Amino acid sequence: MNNQRSLFFNVDWFVILTYIVLCMIGWFNIHAAVYDPLNPTILDLDTNYGKQLIFIISAIIIGFTILLLDSKFFTTFSPIFYAITIILLILVLIIGRNVGGNQAWIPVGSFRLQPSEFAKFATCLLLARYLSSGTIKVQEIRTQLVAAFIILLPTVLILLQPDAGSALTFSSLILLLYREGLSGYFLAIEGLSILLFVLTVLYNKLIVLAGIIVVAGIIFYYYRKSKKMIKVTGFGVLFSILFIFSVDYAYNQILKPHQRNRIDLILGKVDDPRGIGYNLNQSKIAIGSGGIFGKGYLQGTQTKYNFVPEQSTDFIFCTVGEEWGFIGCLFVIGLYLFLLIRIINIAERQRSSFARIYGYGVASILFFHVFINIGMTIGLIPVIGIPLPFLSYGGSSLWSFTILLFILLKFDSNRMGII
Amino acid sequence: MNSFFARKFVVQGIFIVLTAVLITRLFYIQVISDEYILSAENNVIRRLPIYPARGVILDRYEKILVQNEPVYDLMIIPREVKAFDTLEFCKLIGIDLAGFHKRFKKARNYSPYKASIFEKQLSVQIYGSFQEKLSNYPGFFVQNRTVRRYPDSIAAHFLGYIGEVNQKVIEKSKGFYSQGDYHGITGIEKSYEELLRGQRGVQNLMVDALNRPKGNYANGKYDTVAVSGEHMISSLDKELQKFGEQLMHNKIGSIVAIEPSTGEILSFVSSPAYDPNSMVGRKRGNNYMTLLNDKYKPMFVRPIQAEYPPGSIFKVVNALVAQQFRLINENTYFFCPGGYRYGRKGFMGCTHVHGSINLENSITESCNTYYGYAYSRMIDYAGMRPVNGFKRWRKAVSAFGIGTALGIDLPGERNGLLPTDELYTKRFKNNQWGSAYTISLSIGQGELGITPLQMANVMAIVANRGFFYKPHLIKAIGSKKVIKKEYLQKNNAGIDSKYFNVVIDGMSAVVNQPSGTAWYSKIEDIEMCGKTGTVQNPHGKDHSVFVAFAPRDNPKIAIAVIVENAGFGATWSAPIASLMVEKYIKKSISRPQIYVDRIMQANLLPGAIQFSPTSKKITIDNISSTTNTNEKPNRVIRTNE
Repeated sequence: MNNQRSLFFNVDWFVILTYIVLCMIGWFNIHAAVYDPLNPTILDLDTNYGKQLIFIISAIIIGFTILLLDSKFFTTFSPIFYAITIILLILVLIIGRNVGGNQAWIPVGSFRLQPSEFAKFATCLLLARYLSSGTIKVQEIRTQLVAAFIILLPTVLILLQPDAGSALTFSSLILLLYREGLSGYFLAIEGLSILLFVLTVLYNKLIVLAGIIVVAGIIFYYYRKSKKMIKVTGFGVLFSILFIFSVDYAYNQILKPHQRNRIDLILGKVDDPRGIGYNLNQSKIAIGSGGIFGKGYLQGTQTKYNFVPEQSTDFIFCTVGEEWGFIGCLFVIGLYLFLLIRIINIAERQRSSFARIYGYGVASILFFHVFINIGMTIGLIPVIGIPLPFLSYGGSSLWSFTILLFILLKFDSNRMGII
Repeated sequence: MNSFFARKFVVQGIFIVLTAVLITRLFYIQVISDEYILSAENNVIRRLPIYPARGVILDRYEKILVQNEPVYDLMIIPREVKAFDTLEFCKLIGIDLAGFHKRFKKARNYSPYKASIFEKQLSVQIYGSFQEKLSNYPGFFVQNRTVRRYPDSIAAHFLGYIGEVNQKVIEKSKGFYSQGDYHGITGIEKSYEELLRGQRGVQNLMVDALNRPKGNYANGKYDTVAVSGEHMISSLDKELQKFGEQLMHNKIGSIVAIEPSTGEILSFVSSPAYDPNSMVGRKRGNNYMTLLNDKYKPMFVRPIQAEYPPGSIFKVVNALVAQQFRLINENTYFFCPGGYRYGRKGFMGCTHVHGSINLENSITESCNTYYGYAYSRMIDYAGMRPVNGFKRWRKAVSAFGIGTALGIDLPGERNGLLPTDELYTKRFKNNQWGSAYTISLSIGQGELGITPLQMANVMAIVANRGFFYKPHLIKAIGSKKVIKKEYLQKNNAGIDSKYFNVVIDGMSAVVNQPSGTAWYSKIEDIEMCGKTGTVQNPHGKDHSVFVAFAPRDNPKIAIAVIVENAGFGATWSAPIASLMVEKYIKKSISRPQIYVDRIMQANLLPGAIQFSPTSKKITIDNISSTTNTNEKPNRVIRTNE
């Protein structure tokens, strides 16, 4: 067989190249973020960028190891992986180390393992396996319920840590379900929900209700001949009303004050650059001061002098924005978009539906991270603590994204083989 | 199988659309909006001012009146402080333990990372012993600053003092001053503030989020150096000033001496005075309050702020004005029966029965009657209505610089008072009044208010035979010795020079003839021309006034001396003026020391027992020793205890 002639014969080198470029961009920017011009060091393994180099090298080793494994390994053992992650997620709640308010890490030797990172690919694998098995149809309620369970189990466990950011990641899998036949209404509902949420938080709920009724009235008038449209709109209005009241309740009763603050900041309800808005404001200042061409490598002042918090992990994009400017941001975002489009294309060229479904999972999760992370640094989205794939400092996230991506590449390299 | 293949494009479409949203937003904050660039600079750049040295003030011979002296502020960076022997530390800088904790807490509250002042202005001795042990106290360091120092402790009113700017000044300065800066509050320090303060430099430092310095911004490209303030060469004669302050010790009053040929002020004594050094340093606040509450008001700048009816010295002005109006001349005689009758029942007494008296003798013997007639001629017999006569008289008098501020380069100068015809018309409810209603003006009493500076300036006019230069304190500015243009401009007093001769003859006789009122103040070898005056004081003993200039030809000095509550002009003011004149012209005193001592030791403060044996003997040494005793703010108070 072809793939026995060369192990990497069918591997998609475009993706691997993009992956390595992103990792190196991450590494340089972590270096810039921790660089101290008064004490320049060449390479110190005790610093973040020193460690990150080790993480990158080990991630690449992990990636190529995955390429050496048999792809059946992942399909067959997907329930096992899932089970292990669930156990780890339960374990972390009991023995985990509490860092920054989240009980998310299990100490292993000198490193700390973050099970929620690994839950991403485990969930994708199991979901792919379930949806690709024989007679399953996503349109069926039963299938939807089982799929929802597979997704929600780790989500709930992660929420208990409580790590809302990581938990939210799983909501992106709705794209996967959509591709496999989930009704478009679910996407529409998700879109509508976000819109209604923002409006309800911003304005009085009665005003929003009035707006909905006006819009619904217009739709009723224009589509008065179409029974289907009336039904859909009626459902939409009912949903909206319920949603508005639950949002109102959730926003005021369930959300913690700091979460409410983050939302208020983004929506411009409060303006407090010294207090609760400090992170966001500093992040915007760092990126905004980069201009078109940026200040140059190691010349950033906002990130280097610790104005931006978490400048090598969640806010690594600030360093990109400050030192490389709009051009640099465009380049990095371009790489991500290229990677995502490429992953979708790879997924679509798979003959096995397992691989295709998994591919969509990879794309959905990566996209969610990229969009939410960058969106948060530039003040489009409330501050949600999730890493930027391949760029952020941290072993667990880099390894988990690497595993996520390379399993897909493994499937892809076997796409010519017998299913 | 791929029944939903088309949905691939929906998913990719979502990716592309949302990515475009990100890029649009980035384009806005990075390329369009420049608000973030400014915020970033505010974040990271600290503009540290570099303070220039304040300009030094010199006397007319370029001897130092004010200089800058280094002081040492003890600074603290609370975060860097490590455990140390607090007790020893407190002993070293002379504070107690509670004070230590209070200061430490204050510094901590200000910022744990930034340096703040722990103790202001350590003395040189404390600094010395502290510097040796500095390494025992990490987190503390000493910062140099300069303060004003007055080596001779003289001319406090003239020099003024500096102090920290208040909120109002900061706002008004449009960003020039900031909290903790010093600026001139009174005196020359205030009026020449813009030149003395120099130009501040800026160092652009980068700091991190915790405000810790991280080196120069852009390698110091935008830094500027500080430019020191200009030094001022004042017109003051330091020795003369010192001598004048000694003479005026324990007296209330002023001495103003002017060089007639330039308008430069040679001596500017306001008594009681205070030690300008008391306005510097740690005890400043207390000293200031003591001075403020002193009943003799040492903060009052008498030479330009005290207004007196001039008394008999005003006869000089009236004699000149009446001549200029051609209403009298040197041969005009009036008969003095011991007073001047005016109106129906009015009578203005005279010192003596002078009989028939001419102009020259009227000055020498200070005959009131003569000026009653002369004034009456100017007002009632000037060929016009008395009101218009008064107007003309007033205009002529104001040309002497009376009634309006002369524009000296000191803040707070008063106009004085030269009444207008409106005032009298209002008071008498019609304009039919004549000289009889305002006869006091003929002999310098009544509604007149003249500052000592204006009196001295009148003498400068007489000395110059008709003109004066604006009196000023700063002779030249900076190393280029720039002189303000306005000080080079001659001001005409409106009296022809020929009219001065007879007046000067009279004034010379005042001092140099045995019949003169100031015969006892004659100076050997110098022909001083003067005029005594006694200012009626409704509140107590009369004020003693003496004005003079000398020598008669080519005058070098014009002087006015006022001693409040001291009686006749001849008793105190004339001797003081004559000593000042002799000191200035000859640089030495020909009269016996005991004569000088008697004046210096006289205590003429209201309520004080004259020649009190308990009053301390003040010598030059004793006065200059107050230089380094800040806690003695006021010599007057101290010796008056």
